[in-house]
This record gives sequence, C-alpha cells and structure tokens, in this order.
Amino acid sequence: MAGLHKSEFKNPVINWIDARLPVFTLIQKEYGVFPTPRNFNYFWNFGALAMICLVVMITTGIFLAMNYTAHATMAFDSVERIMRDVNYGWLLRYVHANGASMFFIVVYIHMSRSLYYGSYKAPRELLWILGVAILLIMMATAFMGYVLPWGQMSYWGATVITNLFSAFPLVGESIVTWLWGGFSVDNPTLNRFYSLHYLLPFVLVGVVFLHIAALHVTGSNNPLGIEVKGPQDTLPFHPYYTIKDSVGICVFFLVFAVFVFFAPNYLGHADNYIPANPLVTPAHIVPEWYFLPFYAILRSVPDKLGGVLLMFGAIAVLFVLPWLDTSPVRSARFRPVYRVLFWVLAVAVVALGFAGAKPAEGVWVWVSRVGTFYYFLHFLVILPILGKFERPLPLPESISRAVLFAGGGGGPVPGGAAAKPMEKA
Amino acid sequence: MADSATAPHAAPNPSGGGAEVTKRDFLKLITGASAAVGVGAIVWPLVDSMNPSADVLALSSTTVDLAPVQPGQAITVMWRGKPVFVRNRTPEEIELARAVIVGSLPDPQPDADRVKADKAQWLIVVGICTHLGCVPIGNRSTEVRGEYGGWFCPCHGSHYDTSGRIRRGPAPANLPVPPYAFEGDTKIKIG
Repeated sequence: MAGLHKSEFKNPVINWIDARLPVFTLIQKEYGVFPTPRNFNYFWNFGALAMICLVVMITTGIFLAMNYTAHATMAFDSVERIMRDVNYGWLLRYVHANGASMFFIVVYIHMSRSLYYGSYKAPRELLWILGVAILLIMMATAFMGYVLPWGQMSYWGATVITNLFSAFPLVGESIVTWLWGGFSVDNPTLNRFYSLHYLLPFVLVGVVFLHIAALHVTGSNNPLGIEVKGPQDTLPFHPYYTIKDSVGICVFFLVFAVFVFFAPNYLGHADNYIPANPLVTPAHIVPEWYFLPFYAILRSVPDKLGGVLLMFGAIAVLFVLPWLDTSPVRSARFRPVYRVLFWVLAVAVVALGFAGAKPAEGVWVWVSRVGTFYYFLHFLVILPILGKFERPLPLPESISRAVLFAGGGGGPVPGGAAAKPMEKA
Repeated sequence: MADSATAPHAAPNPSGGGAEVTKRDFLKLITGASAAVGVGAIVWPLVDSMNPSADVLALSSTTVDLAPVQPGQAITVMWRGKPVFVRNRTPEEIELARAVIVGSLPDPQPDADRVKADKAQWLIVVGICTHLGCVPIGNRSTEVRGEYGGWFCPCHGSHYDTSGRIRRGPAPANLPVPPYAFEGDTKIKIG
C-alpha cells in the first residue's frame, strides 16, 4: 500500500505498528545498530545520565505536585505534610531536591568533557549551542523550584535574583514589578513560578530531543578527537554502550542514594527550614551550590549593572565558544598547552564557587575578581590566540589503529600493518 | 578467542536460543531480573504515595456523643468525608424493623445483623443512597421518611425502612452499616 514504511520486523503486531509509525525502526536505527566510536571512555556516559536525571525529576515532580499547595500561606506546610504524612513523601522530596544537584553534577561533568575533548567544534557547533540552551533552562527551572517551599532562602533568593533586573536603566523597575506581579516577592510570584516550574521541564524534553537529533546527524566525538573513518572505528550502540551505560547508571544511583538516604540535607541550606519572613533577611543569602560560581561573578563587580551583565555574559560566551576556539585540533589529548589551561579554568571555576558561598569581604572579593578575570580571559583572549600558536602532538591515523595498537596510545603506525581481525560485533 | 561457544554450565535456566545454554544467557537473566527488581523498587513508592496519607488516615475515625439524641431523633455526622445517620429508634420503630419477613427484602438482612444486640435502639448507617449516591432525607421528623418509616431518597424514589434497608425503588442494597464500637453507653467510635 502507498505511504506505508517497509518494516523489517517479523512479529506481525510490531510490523503493523512499525509500517504505520516506524518507531521500532527508529529505535533500532538510533539506539540499536547506531555506529558509535569504539574508544569512548566513561566521560561519555554523562549524556545518558543526564537523561535519567530529567526523567527522575519529572516523575518525582509530578507526584510531589499531587500534594503541594502553591499559596504563600500554605506552601511551607504542604511541604512538611509531604515529608511527614504522605506515604514515601520524604523519599519523593529528598529524591527531587538531591536530584536537582545530581542533574547539575552530571551536566557540569558532561560539559567539561565537551570542553576537554573539543566536542563543541565543527561540525557539532549547534549540538553545543543546544546544550547551553539546556543549561539555561535547567538553571531557570532550578531557581524557580527552589522558591516553591517558601522557606527563608526561597523567599530571599527570589528577592535578590529578581531584583537584579532593576539594574537595567529605564525599564528595570517595571520589569521587576512585572516579574513579581506586585511590589515584592509574594503570592502572585509563587504561583507563576509554580506554573513555569511545571512547564519548563517539558520544554527541556523538547530541546533534549533536538540535542540528540543533532548528535545523531554528526555522530559522536571521541577521546581522540578524530573523525570516524569507517565501520572498523565503531561499535553498534547495542549491546556495547547500552551495557556500559547500565554500569554507569548503577554507579550514578549509588552516589545518588548516598545523598538521599544518608545526607539528604547536606547540599541544602538549613535556613530553608524556616518559613519565609519578609521582615527578616538571613545573615547570609546563599544560592544552591550549582549557582555559586555565577553568584561570585555577579558580586565581583562593584557596579550593579556590570555584575548583572558579567553574570549573564559568563553564559553568553559559552554560546559562541565554537567560534572563539581557533585550534584545528579537537581533543586536549593532543593539545599540551590547552590541556594545562583547561585545568586552570577548572580551578578558577571551583574557586569562584567557594567565593560565591562566602560573604563578599576580604580575600574572597579578590578571589572572585581573579577568578572572573581568568574566566573571561580564557574564553575571549586565550582560546582565540592559542589556536594559532599551539603546536599540537601528532594525531593518530584512525581510531581503530589507536585502539588496536594501544600501548603507545596514538602514534602513527608504520605503513602496511594490517588491522588485527576483529571479533564479530 | 579460539572458541565461539563456552562449555555449558549447569543450566539453572532453560532460556537460550541455541542448543546449549551459555553463561551469557545466565548473565542476561540475572541482569533482567535485577532491572525488574529495580523498577519495582522505584514504582512502589510512587504508587503508594497516592494511597491515603497519615493525616487522612488519622481522620478516618469519628467519635460521636449519643447523649443528646432523644428517642425518635436522628442526627448526621461526618465520617471519612461521608454523611452517617445516627438514629435513636423508638420501640415501635424497632418492632417494625424486626417484624419484616427477611426473605421478602430486595437485599435480605435481619435487623439484628445491623445493630448491636444490647443497644438495638441505635441504628448507624452511611447516609448515601446505594443507587447513585444522593443523600436520602428523613432524619428530621418533618422530612418525608418514605412509606416504611426510615428514609426516602428524592433523586429516584428509593424507600428505606427503620433498619435502613431498601424496600422499594431502584437502589440495589441496604444503607451500609459502618464499623463502629461503643465506648461506654453514650459514646461510639465509627471507623
């Protein structure tokens, strides 16, 4: 019949569905036989882990929403009811709260992998940009989610961050009033944050879909940073990477479980167990740990607008990273100078994180300023220049040569040596 | 990698596509079973979180003071979100209930099964018509009590007698008697 997909499946029911909507063919193609570089290390697990995080957060969020009340007078108590009265409510809440932290840990490692191995470079620029968009949406979602329990940190964190927009000249105050739906963070703010917090994860699902689609057009990068030359460089995704991802998922859940069951409040702030009080500001307003580096950048500049612009700028530079880095070599394995600077950047970001948790006084002001300075220096000055002057190490001929003749790890192989016969995949 | 098939182990499972059962089949089984257990361990708390929570269960019992209810009077109390009729029956009403031939009832049940033996004047029934769920009238002496002296459901015309049993009308069952117990002579705890 016209228009039907020619399905290869033998099972008649599956064949019938597949002919009309080729989902089974799609899964078989994209996650079954999909040729994947054979030299992935465990840093390539983190994309799958991020997807697991998203599913966990949406699931626990939906069940929490069955019991949460988004009204300023009842929100805090509804969360306490979940913790005490709802069957497994404590588990839902702790999984959701610690899940947010796990999500950011996973995504930050995932991004670090991309920075180190050059996964943002051509032809994967759009893949990277979609990823930065995912990060932005995650940050908005996490910020609004943290307001919902209506504790002291919820309220005052919301106040501080929404007040940022008043830095913009002329329209600033109106924007803030518009965001608040009133003259301070109050019930209208809470209600709209709840609505958007429920919405954005599903927007995220859409962007993640595009992110994976873009990946499947270009194919994955790999630790050597050199393109796949043929089938001898790849393995079918199933069973090799399904099983490797399963191992990674088990380890991930183990770490997650340690937080949820043994230290569920370690990553949080005790002040958020105090109901919100608009008349009393906590001594130290601190965002959740995953925002700390950006918070440090915000406070490093004495000027209000400057701090806001620099904080948003820190994410903006990530969007244009593929064009900032001029090196033709992808992987830091073959870029001896960049490799060192990558770690300098990592140290700078961690230092910014520590500084973000401290009051903006004394040595921490200088730590923030040095860290901020290096962050922008790295992306805006060093990367463009380095690509022109760095002398990379010699690249291997191909992935399979590098893998099958491992031990040297990547030098060019004497010509004429044939690849060893492979196990039948 | 000379051999393609490992020697079959003592096969605890009959799965396997080929003639021999391999280590791989065993590993697949164990992995699948572990995954199934994991999924179950994740799904159960989610499902159970939708069951009544502790505060709902705490409200699942209601105590009622019977002292103010005079013979011939009936009151309505709330129990688990539903109305419950508590009627202090007069001796005539009790006689009427006992005189009915049980076999002729649409939902046969003797009056003795619906009250406590030593406190037969107290009739406690859930006040929801067993037809489609309206609340029957008849608690007040001024209200229509139907032809059998109990309650009358105005929605579709079901008549209940002085034991709360359905006598006429579309309702299929008697007004249910909730679990209750006396605490002293003038107090009951429902649920």
